[in-house]
Amino acid sequence: MGATVITITSGKGGVGKTTATANLSAALAMRGKRVVAIDADIGLRNLDVVMGLENRIVYDLVNVVEGACRLRQALIKDKRIENLYMIPAAQSRDKSAIRPQDMIDVCDQLRPEFDFILIDSPAGIEQGFRNAIAPADRICIITTPEVSAVRDADRVVGLVEAEGKGPTSLILNRLRPQMVQRGDMLDTADVLDVLAIELLGIVPEDETIIVSTNRGIPVVMENKSRAAQAFCNIAARLLGENVPIMELEEPSPSWLGKIASWVHRK
Amino acid sequence: MRVLNYLFGSQQPTSREVAKSRLQLVLVHDRVDLSPQKMQMLKDELISTISKYVEIDAAGMQVTLTQNGRQCRLTADIPILSARPKR
Repeated sequence: MGATVITITSGKGGVGKTTATANLSAALAMRGKRVVAIDADIGLRNLDVVMGLENRIVYDLVNVVEGACRLRQALIKDKRIENLYMIPAAQSRDKSAIRPQDMIDVCDQLRPEFDFILIDSPAGIEQGFRNAIAPADRICIITTPEVSAVRDADRVVGLVEAEGKGPTSLILNRLRPQMVQRGDMLDTADVLDVLAIELLGIVPEDETIIVSTNRGIPVVMENKSRAAQAFCNIAARLLGENVPIMELEEPSPSWLGKIASWVHRK
Repeated sequence: MRVLNYLFGSQQPTSREVAKSRLQLVLVHDRVDLSPQKMQMLKDELISTISKYVEIDAAGMQVTLTQNGRQCRLTADIPILSARPKR
């Protein structure tokens, strides 16, 4: 049985595609799966630094596509986890260096050797995005609970549907339960209501993400933070396990809050 | 702040509610690629077309785009003025 190709995309930049790709790849490998993460953001390479593999790059995805090296030579093995590999993007080229068919060909070569191929899509909806979704068996759309990110996510859902790709599911990233509770942030239900796609998982806002990115160690590898737990849960769902959506417990309301809700109820 | 709003009976929507309603409106227009200006044109043309057949209350007419899941729906609610007796 060949690998499942999962593309992580968002439309908007900076919502957590690369962090999600790094952590889900690591979490799946920690579950004993053979995983390769591919950075499809040609010209804006970043998956390597987030995974902490930037010093080991010799060849990249464009070298493979152009035949300058063999696919195996561009595969960087992560020494911390068994069965985790990464293929970096080229840094000195642009998106036009690769066509959708190239991505399909590369993935077809990798499929027999792996259980999962995760593709980190570039932001936007142009060629880089089309390259990234071309080989996908399933698509994870990641968004934050902000109007701009959700709007872009909706556009991507539409484009993915138009391409006949899917199934498509949603990762809601950087949720801040306390802001939701005081009525200052879109809640999971709000986002699902407007996007109308299946929820794959929720990742709470968590400072440990920044710390782990500073160090080049995906959070799932080193700690038990809430974000790490959230990514592990999503990985388990990708393996077909029925893991309940994480309860982001909210602090019990203050006495003033209780009075307010009582007055409101009347 | 919200507590004060409640106590003084102000029904100011939260920024979360505002965000959701703004999103719903913008997305439904994004999805069908119909700007508010085009909607107004569509409404005007509907009025002129329907007025050829029945007398309608153009001011009370409502043309809205709504969504049900990922399915969008164009709804026109057009009050017809009581038919004048024909001679």
